[in-house]
Amino acid sequence: MNVLNIIINWLNAAVLAGAPLLLATSGEILTEKSGNLNLGVEGQMYMGAIAGLAGAWFAEQWFGVGGMIPLLAAVLFAFIMGCISGLIYAVLTVTLRANQNVTGLTLAIFGTGFGKFFGEVLGHKAHGYVAVGAETKAVFGNISVGKLAELPVVGTLFFKYNWMVYFALIIAFVMGWFLNRTRKGLSLRAVGESPGTADSAGINVTRYKYIATVVGGGLCGLGGMYMAMVNQKGIWVTECVSGYGWLAIVLVIFSTWSPLRAIYSSIIFGGLTVMYMRVPIPGLPRAIYMMFPFIATIIVLIITSIRQSKEHAQPASTGLNYYREER
Amino acid sequence: MRDSKPPSVEHVVQMRHIYKSFGTVQALSDVHFELRRGEILSLLGENGSGKTTLMNTLAGIYFPDAGEIIVNGNPVAICKPKDAFDLKIGMVHQHFKLVDVFSATENIVLGLPGGRTINRRALSKHVQEIAEQYGFEIDPDKKIYDMSVSEKQTVEIIKALYRGADILILDEPTAVLTPQETDKLFDIMRAMKKNNKSIILITHKLNEVLAVSDRVTVLRKGEYIDTVITKDATIQSLTDMMVGRPVSLAIDRPAAEEIKPILSIEALTALNPDGARALDDVTFKAYGGEILGVAGISGSGQRELCEAIAGLYPVIGGAILYRNEVNGQEVDENLVGLNPNEIVRKGVALAFVPEDRLGMGLVPSLDMVDNIMLKSYRKNKGIFVDRKSPRQIAERLVEELMIVTPDVFTPVRKLSGGNVQKVLVGREIDAAPHLLMVAYPVRGLDINSSHTIYHLLNQQKMKGVAVIFVGEDLDVLMEISDRLLVMSDGRVTGIVDPRVTSKQDIGLLMLGQSRHQEKGADAV
Amino acid sequence: MTKSAINEHTSPAEQLALTVEPPSCPIPKEPLIRMTKRGSISTAQKVFVYVVSFLSALLVGAFMLLAIGKNPLLAYRDMVVGSFGSSIYLGETIRLAIPLLIAGVAVGFAFKMKFWNIGAEGQILAGGIFCSYLVIHSINNGNYWGKVPLHLVMIILAMAGGALFGFLPAYFKTKWGTNETLFTLMLNYIAIQYVIYLQSLRSWQHPQSTFPKILDFAGPTDNRIMLPRLFGVHIGWVFALAIAITAYFYLTKTKHGYEIAVVGDSLNTARYAGMNTRWIQIRTLLISGAICGFAGYLQVAGANHTLTETTAGGIGFTAITVAWLSKLNPFIMIPISVFIAMLQKGSLFIQMTMGIPASAAELLTGLILFFMLGSEFFIQYRLVFRGTHRAPVRELKEEAGV
Repeated sequence: MNVLNIIINWLNAAVLAGAPLLLATSGEILTEKSGNLNLGVEGQMYMGAIAGLAGAWFAEQWFGVGGMIPLLAAVLFAFIMGCISGLIYAVLTVTLRANQNVTGLTLAIFGTGFGKFFGEVLGHKAHGYVAVGAETKAVFGNISVGKLAELPVVGTLFFKYNWMVYFALIIAFVMGWFLNRTRKGLSLRAVGESPGTADSAGINVTRYKYIATVVGGGLCGLGGMYMAMVNQKGIWVTECVSGYGWLAIVLVIFSTWSPLRAIYSSIIFGGLTVMYMRVPIPGLPRAIYMMFPFIATIIVLIITSIRQSKEHAQPASTGLNYYREER
Repeated sequence: MRDSKPPSVEHVVQMRHIYKSFGTVQALSDVHFELRRGEILSLLGENGSGKTTLMNTLAGIYFPDAGEIIVNGNPVAICKPKDAFDLKIGMVHQHFKLVDVFSATENIVLGLPGGRTINRRALSKHVQEIAEQYGFEIDPDKKIYDMSVSEKQTVEIIKALYRGADILILDEPTAVLTPQETDKLFDIMRAMKKNNKSIILITHKLNEVLAVSDRVTVLRKGEYIDTVITKDATIQSLTDMMVGRPVSLAIDRPAAEEIKPILSIEALTALNPDGARALDDVTFKAYGGEILGVAGISGSGQRELCEAIAGLYPVIGGAILYRNEVNGQEVDENLVGLNPNEIVRKGVALAFVPEDRLGMGLVPSLDMVDNIMLKSYRKNKGIFVDRKSPRQIAERLVEELMIVTPDVFTPVRKLSGGNVQKVLVGREIDAAPHLLMVAYPVRGLDINSSHTIYHLLNQQKMKGVAVIFVGEDLDVLMEISDRLLVMSDGRVTGIVDPRVTSKQDIGLLMLGQSRHQEKGADAV
Repeated sequence: MTKSAINEHTSPAEQLALTVEPPSCPIPKEPLIRMTKRGSISTAQKVFVYVVSFLSALLVGAFMLLAIGKNPLLAYRDMVVGSFGSSIYLGETIRLAIPLLIAGVAVGFAFKMKFWNIGAEGQILAGGIFCSYLVIHSINNGNYWGKVPLHLVMIILAMAGGALFGFLPAYFKTKWGTNETLFTLMLNYIAIQYVIYLQSLRSWQHPQSTFPKILDFAGPTDNRIMLPRLFGVHIGWVFALAIAITAYFYLTKTKHGYEIAVVGDSLNTARYAGMNTRWIQIRTLLISGAICGFAGYLQVAGANHTLTETTAGGIGFTAITVAWLSKLNPFIMIPISVFIAMLQKGSLFIQMTMGIPASAAELLTGLILFFMLGSEFFIQYRLVFRGTHRAPVRELKEEAGV
């Protein structure tokens, strides 16, 4: 029974830890489907994290209430900040045709600096450290879905999460539907596979790249906000994103550019990141145990690179900028 | 020459005073163009004459620097491809604009308005109907990456028709087709003409111009030359207009004094990355003092064959035997399993001009000197590179082959196509090979440069070099080759004597209708 | 249409003005702005574009400082003063620049081959870990070597450690095309975790300490592990300069450098030329990793005299900036690394004097690189605005040699 409990609690924690990964992975899938390989997710999540926390904190100060209003402010600020980060990337790579790899890496450096810088500034403002009130903390806490949550096993596995977990799942499903079933989704995929083809078919390549990258950035921002508001419970911690942005890029590869497959892969990786807390292995030093997700990532990278497939591959133009009059 | 007739309803397209430049290259300069309703018009010109550029401005790919475009009597500005097909102009590009991982239907409906979601079944049915209307055969649900070149072309044409194109531009559509497939395409074009559609055929092949078109517009070096009625034109008159001076189109086929065996390929087999046979039991011999032409639809294994011989493509069976001289004794050296460096070390004098010049033969962002030493930089001792002798070679080649370049320290990607090819061929020939393989050596070159290359190949042949010439223009191959090897689907379907074989027969071989190998031809 | 006005004598531009009248039914218009490729650009224009972008980056940074209520001019002044104002400050700045320069050279090697190595961080740490093993071993066994052999073996170990961390991603990248960016990144995290693990080991801590921290190496080794100083800074800067200069000649004059250039530009051409592309990539990453490992040794022996999880402290990432801003030219990396170090040292200074968070350095570095990346566009392309048709000049043709 004890073992079962450990596993159930572990799965529950895996879903909780996987949700921000799922948001960021979905965002990066959207971005890569337009042919933009944005390596700046880590920075984008930092920007979303600080914007979300700042939004919630300022809303509390201004309106004097906790709860829903700070929550909405956090969502809005984080999403907009994420969009801005995507916009920076899009302007540089789509309009100014800068190297995608370097632009992404710069965004990672810049966004991390941005988060830390304004995190500290906010800390000064709050005279010490930033923390949201209990009420706001509560709306980001787990909700129990009525009687369902009391069911043994199933309750813990499906009905005891915060709202953002369900939100992330909905985003992934909607994106899967969008990419595979809609005309706009088809057009977006064409842009990522072969911008020249899409262009000659009358698709506005620039617009698609911009919108996908900006919205994708917004989702990454929300993923970062999750890290600050849920994982750190609304307290600013300098290392709050701690590599989740990079994991999201790996997960895009692992889930072979499918938002639906991103659901289980983010849960698997969520599980790996919390495993050291939930599944004790006697005799294994904690620091070594904490390497697991990174080692697993390397193994995933190697395995996915060994088995290649035409259908489940990176969009063909990823990493390359498009200029119609190139010759 | 500069006709400025008033706009007439008879003309569906009029283009006037069109200018377009790319960096310092003036691609189009004061060009005129007119297309009438229900005609097939050939747009004729050498490579680099601006045919494709002109049509790209009509299709919305390029925006002209200056000039006027009138469609159906109205002045228009075509900024993007969407504007073009709003004007019912459709273009089938030479490099197909298709998404590989999509099905035919998905490619055809791509970018069109319609419901928010896609009903794949209904759309496929509609595509099928249109295909049947014009007599095309197509599987709407087949993925592009599973298709042959001519199937892809069909998808492209249906795509244009599906969008209601009344003006269809076909850019060198026959370059990748067999003679039989070409005839079929011409039939379809005539059928479309009967349907009152106007067709522009971009080409540099004169016999096609004469076979199918009503009028011919000729461009030369980005300038408009003239438009003539096809009936009144001859091959020679068109050539003179195209080149700007009387030229002889004949390609020499001098006979070498001595013919000696150099290369013998036996039952060579190789797999492509998907596990299918890229080369299937390929057997032939190449002799010093002759040019062995290799014909076939593109993708029939020509590239793999050349790369396998050069040690760049893995082989799973068979032998590549090279006649080498070791200590005065003649031995047949098997090159299978050796990499290019090991092949050089064995003293094999093999030169290879690959199809993708800037992607495989040369390093685009390095200068001519660094490109010349690509294969020889290891020769000197020590850890430093010696740029002195390659520099001398480079300067000599610039002079001998009349390569147009500011200096030998200019990155080769900045040179024009013909000059890039001269650098590559020059380097390979300078290594004094016994076996010279050239793949599509005149692709993208003007007539003058092409003839320079043919001349160089004949020179090598007369020196006793075994030349293997992979080409796409069947007429050229039949003129220059001593023997012609035909490939289809990775197999050798025939080795024929081009002096006595008809083009139609070679076309059948290209389609894979193998006939019994004629021993007589193989033995020269 | 006033066609009659056109004759052979009107210039093309004039003809244009005459013929292109507003269309009677304005279907789509010419785009407002479009771009065309430039033929060439003069050095003066280039410098102008770079200077403008650099100033723009500072301007945006100034707005950010204004937004948090600080005076940007004072901040920028203090940054310069705080990094070059005295010989002590200058020494500190140089000390920060040393690993940046070395790591910049190292990642530059990899970037030149389009091998996106962002694992300098891990490679530096690996170097630090490997050479620290020797130091700890010596301390725990009371086995004190002479200064020279100790340092020599430390260097060898550090370079081996860095090379190992460079080798792994290169091996898999060349075997199966495994994504090297993420691979090297994960190695960073693994190296950091490993240092944290070492900190928890009793044998690596100070005997009297219970805090998870690796002891200071200076005391127990009688300062043997400390590097000598030259002009007030540990002699790492001499090594760094030597590495940058050697790297420059390695890349431009040797066969290896030539091979790197060919592989970086076109892998297929390299194969065609008979190069062993796999070995060239692995070899270069071994060198790149070893150089980073050496930087790790300098951090341990020269700068910190101990090993912490922040021994690399973002150097690996900043090195990417250094390499890219210098266009991968090791010579140019020398001033650029000093400049970036100035930003870092200056940020620490303004944190003290003006209460501005020190992460301003990362923010500014990111901004400058953003603007420099964007500025390349204006060097490659020219903008054409609606209505300002460039007259199609015939001289162009002669210039192009058509």
